[in-house]
Amino acid sequence: MAKREYAFYPGCSSQLRGSAANYLVSVESMCEKLDVKMTQIPDWNCCGASISYAGSSELARHVLSARNFALSDKHLPGQDIVATCAACWLGGRETIEKLDASSELMADTNEALKEAGLEYKAGTAIRHMVEVLVEDLGYEELGKPVVKPLDGVKVAGYVGCQTNRPFGIAGESFENPMYLDKLIDTVGGESIAKYEEKVSCCGGSLAFCEPEKAEKQIKNIVESAYDHGADVICTPCPLCQANVEVYQSEINRKQGTKLNMPVVYYSQLLSVAYGGTLKEAGLDGHIIQPKKLQDIAVKVVSAKR
Amino acid sequence: MGDMNTQMLDKYRNNFLHEVEEKVDDGHWVKMCMQCGVCAGSCTFGPDWEHTPQKIFMMIRAGKREEVLTSHSMWLCTSCYNCMVRCPRELPITHIMHGLASYAHRLGLAPKNQPTRDFSLIFWDNCTKTGRVNELRMTISVYFREGILSGIKKMWTLRNIGRGLFFAKRLNPMELFVSHGCKDKDGLRRALKKADEIEARRRGYAVQPRGYS
Repeated sequence: MAKREYAFYPGCSSQLRGSAANYLVSVESMCEKLDVKMTQIPDWNCCGASISYAGSSELARHVLSARNFALSDKHLPGQDIVATCAACWLGGRETIEKLDASSELMADTNEALKEAGLEYKAGTAIRHMVEVLVEDLGYEELGKPVVKPLDGVKVAGYVGCQTNRPFGIAGESFENPMYLDKLIDTVGGESIAKYEEKVSCCGGSLAFCEPEKAEKQIKNIVESAYDHGADVICTPCPLCQANVEVYQSEINRKQGTKLNMPVVYYSQLLSVAYGGTLKEAGLDGHIIQPKKLQDIAVKVVSAKR
Repeated sequence: MGDMNTQMLDKYRNNFLHEVEEKVDDGHWVKMCMQCGVCAGSCTFGPDWEHTPQKIFMMIRAGKREEVLTSHSMWLCTSCYNCMVRCPRELPITHIMHGLASYAHRLGLAPKNQPTRDFSLIFWDNCTKTGRVNELRMTISVYFREGILSGIKKMWTLRNIGRGLFFAKRLNPMELFVSHGCKDKDGLRRALKKADEIEARRRGYAVQPRGYS
C-alpha cells in the first residue's frame, strides 16, 4: 500500500492530447517516486475555470465543482482531493468557501445535483499538489529520493497568480511566496531569490482574447528571468506554463526579440532529480527545449548512493 | 434581453447601487469600498482599463448605470486576484468584476464583439457540451468568431505554435473527432439546467437558453 493516498482531480488541460499533457506525466512519475497514490475521481468534470462567468450563473459553477466533490466522496471516501491545475484548485476552494458560508447556496447546489443522482456533503478538502508536497511530505522527505541533483541549473521560480492568490499556500505571503524556490533548492537547483516577476500575471486566459496585452506580461516574465541568468522558468500552473512558453515566438515575431526561455513544471524538476527519464519527466513535451534538464535526464548515474 | 433591461430600469429607477447589490454576484460588497485606489494600482491590465475597479465602484454609487454596464473594463480582468488580496476592506473585487460583466451580458448591454465576453461564452458552451474542455475545438471557435477569413489568417499566423504543440504531443487534430468527456454528461447537463432555473428563480430572471437547456 502506498504511503499516502489522494483523490486526483487532473483537470481538462492535463488530459491526453491536452496542452498540459506532459504535466500529468511528470506528476505521475514524481508521485510514484514519493510513494503517493493518486486515484482519478471517476467521471470528473471541468471546473468551469475562471473565465466562464459570462455564460454561466454562479450557482452552475458551484454545481460543477460540487459534482466532482460528490463523486470523490462516493468513490474515494475520506481522501483529500488533489488538483494539479491552479484554476481547478482555486475554483474548488471558492465553492467550498461559498457553500460553507450559505445554507441556501448549499441547498440550491444539492437541488441541482439531485438531477445527476448525487449529493454533496460539506467537509471536502481540495488541495493543490504543491500543498501535498510541502505540507504532507515536507522538504526533507522531498529531498530523499534525489539521485540526480540539478547542479548548475538556475531556475526562475514563477509562482504566478492562482496558486498564490487569493488562498495561497499556508504560511506564505502573497507578495513573495517561498515554496517554489525551496522546492528548486531541495532538488539541488539554484533558485533566484530576486526574480521580480515571481507573482506577476501572465494574462491568464486573456492570452486568447487579448493577446497583445498578455504578451506584454509574458515578455516581462521572460526578460526578468534572462536578467537573472536563469536557464529555465518553473511554474506550478498549467496556464502559466503554456502562455509563457508558447507565446515567446509571437513576441519575437512582432517585436524582433530573441526570447527562447524554456518553461517547466515543478513536478518535472522533481521527476528529473528523482531519476525520471525524458519521457517520464514530460521533457519531450516542450516547444522550447529545456536543454539543461534534458541533459540531466539522459545522463546515467552510478547505482551507488 | 432588452426587455429585462427595461424591467430593471423601471424597478430600480435611479438607484443603481441597490440594483447592483441585489442582482450582481457579490454586489452587496460595493458600498464597502473606501476609494483608496490600491485595486487600481494592483491591476494586471490596469493601464488598459478605461475605468479601474475603484472608479467603477464610485460610478456605481453615482448611478452611472449605462457607463458601467457598457464598459469594456470589467472584461479585462485576468482573474489574477491581486486587487482582492490587497484590498484593505477585503472586498472580493475579482468576483464583483466578473459579476458585473456577467450582469451586463445578461441585460444585453455588454459591448458587442467584446473578445473576452465572446471567449467566455465559447468556453462555457465548450466545457458543458461533454463535461470537459476540448481545447482544439475551443481554439477554433475563438479564432473563427469573426468569420472564416480572419480565422484562417489567425491560424496561419500561429501555425508554428500549432506545429510545435503537435510535435510536443500537446495538441492533436484527432480532438476534432474524438473528445474527452463525462460518461454521465446527461446527468451533468440536467444538473446545470436545474442550477440555471434555481438561479433565475432566486434572482427574478428569465432563464437564459444554453446549449444544455
